[in-house]
Amino acid sequence: MSLNMLTPEFIIDRDRDRCIDCKVCVSQCANLAHIFDEEEQRVVSDNSKCVACHRCVSMCPAGALSIRKFPLDFKANANWSADAIREIYRQAETGGVLLAAMGTGKAYPVYWDHMLLNASQVTNPSIDPLREPMELKTFLGRKPDSLRGELGPQLELEIPVMLSAMSFGSISLNACKSLAMAASGAGTMCNTGEGGLHTELAGYGANTIVQVASGRFGVDAAYLRAGAAIEIKIGQGAKPGIGGHLPGEKVGEEVSATRMIPLGTDAISPAPHHDIYSIEDLRQLIYSLKEATEYSKPVSVKIAAVHNVAAICSGIARAGADIIAIDGFRGGTGAAPLRIRDNVGIPVELALAAVDTRLREEGIRNSVSLVCGGSIRNSADIIKAVALGADAVYIATSALIAMGCHMCQKCYTGKCNWGIATQDPNLTKRLNPDIASARILNLLRAWTHEMKEMLGGMGINAIESLRGNRLMLRGIGLNDSELRTLGIKAAGE
Amino acid sequence: MFELNAAGLHFTELNRKVRELLKDGAEEIILKNVGGQRYIADGITGSQKIYIEGVPGNDMAAYMDGPEVTVFGNVQDSAANTMNSGRIIIHGSAGDTAGYAMRGGEIFIRDDAGYRTGIHMKEYKDKKPVIVIGGKAGDFLGEYMAGGIIVLLGISSGHEGDIVGSYCGTGMHNGVIYIRGGAEAYRFGKEVKTEDAVPGDLEIISGYVARYTEYFGGNAAGIMSHKFQKITSFSSRPYGKIYAH
Repeated sequence: MSLNMLTPEFIIDRDRDRCIDCKVCVSQCANLAHIFDEEEQRVVSDNSKCVACHRCVSMCPAGALSIRKFPLDFKANANWSADAIREIYRQAETGGVLLAAMGTGKAYPVYWDHMLLNASQVTNPSIDPLREPMELKTFLGRKPDSLRGELGPQLELEIPVMLSAMSFGSISLNACKSLAMAASGAGTMCNTGEGGLHTELAGYGANTIVQVASGRFGVDAAYLRAGAAIEIKIGQGAKPGIGGHLPGEKVGEEVSATRMIPLGTDAISPAPHHDIYSIEDLRQLIYSLKEATEYSKPVSVKIAAVHNVAAICSGIARAGADIIAIDGFRGGTGAAPLRIRDNVGIPVELALAAVDTRLREEGIRNSVSLVCGGSIRNSADIIKAVALGADAVYIATSALIAMGCHMCQKCYTGKCNWGIATQDPNLTKRLNPDIASARILNLLRAWTHEMKEMLGGMGINAIESLRGNRLMLRGIGLNDSELRTLGIKAAGE
Repeated sequence: MFELNAAGLHFTELNRKVRELLKDGAEEIILKNVGGQRYIADGITGSQKIYIEGVPGNDMAAYMDGPEVTVFGNVQDSAANTMNSGRIIIHGSAGDTAGYAMRGGEIFIRDDAGYRTGIHMKEYKDKKPVIVIGGKAGDFLGEYMAGGIIVLLGISSGHEGDIVGSYCGTGMHNGVIYIRGGAEAYRFGKEVKTEDAVPGDLEIISGYVARYTEYFGGNAAGIMSHKFQKITSFSSRPYGKIYAH
């Protein structure tokens, strides 16, 4: 059988009246969807190669291109969707595990969109952030049981938003630089992921959380000392229970040097840390890191939101973690098996509420800071997260979109035309860290102002007063058990 | 030579004292009566020498970068976890996961090693970690190994049968394991191949055997008179073909 059963997903429309055959689209598309036909002396397109990243559309000087969904519909069937059929074709052809990138696109409920915020009317005054001071400063780390207790090391953040873990390897050095520059500019943190710290990023240590994952890539004493905090990665929302494989073709000279592995070999991080099979073992790793850094930095533990997340987090807090990062199942990834990404884990809203409730019930909420991530899309999501109990949030996809990502979700191919999820020097040079970091800073500045507006509207002038203040939330379109887990009343109650 | 009596000290106190001595310029420290204290020599940097009498606890010399640690006794689990450089000489046996994700430096274990020794060991250019085990090793020796050298001698313990446990080299994708006398095929993971060590390999092995006998005694020529089996991975991309792009 010579013909592929997969029809194209998208159609490239080229307006021949406008196209000047300048070949910009040809040079811009790493997927080779545009080709210059030497015989015909004109540019033609191959729909089957298009991933809808819109790079050619954005760069076309003549405005001649547009991309649309391929209209060929399978016969209507509520059970066998086009995706379900196409996925079988792909597997029947390759025998491979389906790969996916970034967060799940499945229509699971987004609980942020089922929660509404409060505002002051008559009985207490709202506050205008344009004229009155408004505090977003956040400290992450273990707080003492009493005011006389000793305060351990804290991370000081100007805003309750950090840039989440993305490794050098999964994204380009220019993308890593953009994130580090933005974190430094905003007075917050970026996170190395499990890819080590490139020498060019060493200067951003004060705004960097260094990650330790099962493969221990790039981890040495200097790396541990370089960051403001250390994060043990146990799991990731997009692929709970699954490790990471950075494919050998992405392990070029620079990635190899930063991860300290041979050129071209797979970088394998299995799901388990083989020195952690229990909470007691986790305590051992936490304290080995604290000993190595002389108790000078907070240690965070990142897990995926899964069914027993509350009990697990209680254990993590008791194991000595200073920060727990909970990553919800809608969180992004550079590559994950599709079935895992789309089917494993729980929404971060429910996980966060369950964990905050549990830690309060056990009287240990002060012993650990909670950070939540996994598809924080805007400032309202952040405010709702804080009201549910988060001390801060992690964002990654939002930051990438600010940098230019168009969510084609093909990061695992290494052919990112926007220069983000690739190591191809011809592509990475398209991303200018000065411009990209300025765009992330713009986003964070806008969000900062919006957060202050929302806080002020509620009559609150410090984010601290919103933390775990679930009375500021009401649920809409939620059933009783969802409301109970979230610990909020229904709208109108 | 500075001396510390570890008896009754909590690990935080013991390790703080060790770090203080090192900061004050101590070149050699001897720790007496060590009884399971964890994280000894964790994250320390330099070229100092630490001698340990007793049994150090888990994660000894984790992230260590340069110093030499000699243990007169056994060590517990995860010794040399993610060690960067330096040397560890153990006059006894090591627990599980010794040399986890080790990136450089050397470990000489006089007797046996537990499960998952050398898991995730890596190498980069001329930075090659080495583990020499005088006795036997447990299951999953060199699991996910991405570089470095493991030499398994099987001489110091009088056990019968194979000197390595099962699943040796599972997920291995770089580096090399040498086993004196070899082991049966079923002991190995599907990612590795076995062959006889050739003269170039024997030269490498004999260098480490000479060092082993220098530390622990024994007859280097006698040890080298056996055949050695060489274990390497089929591919540096063991899982490259399982995905549909």
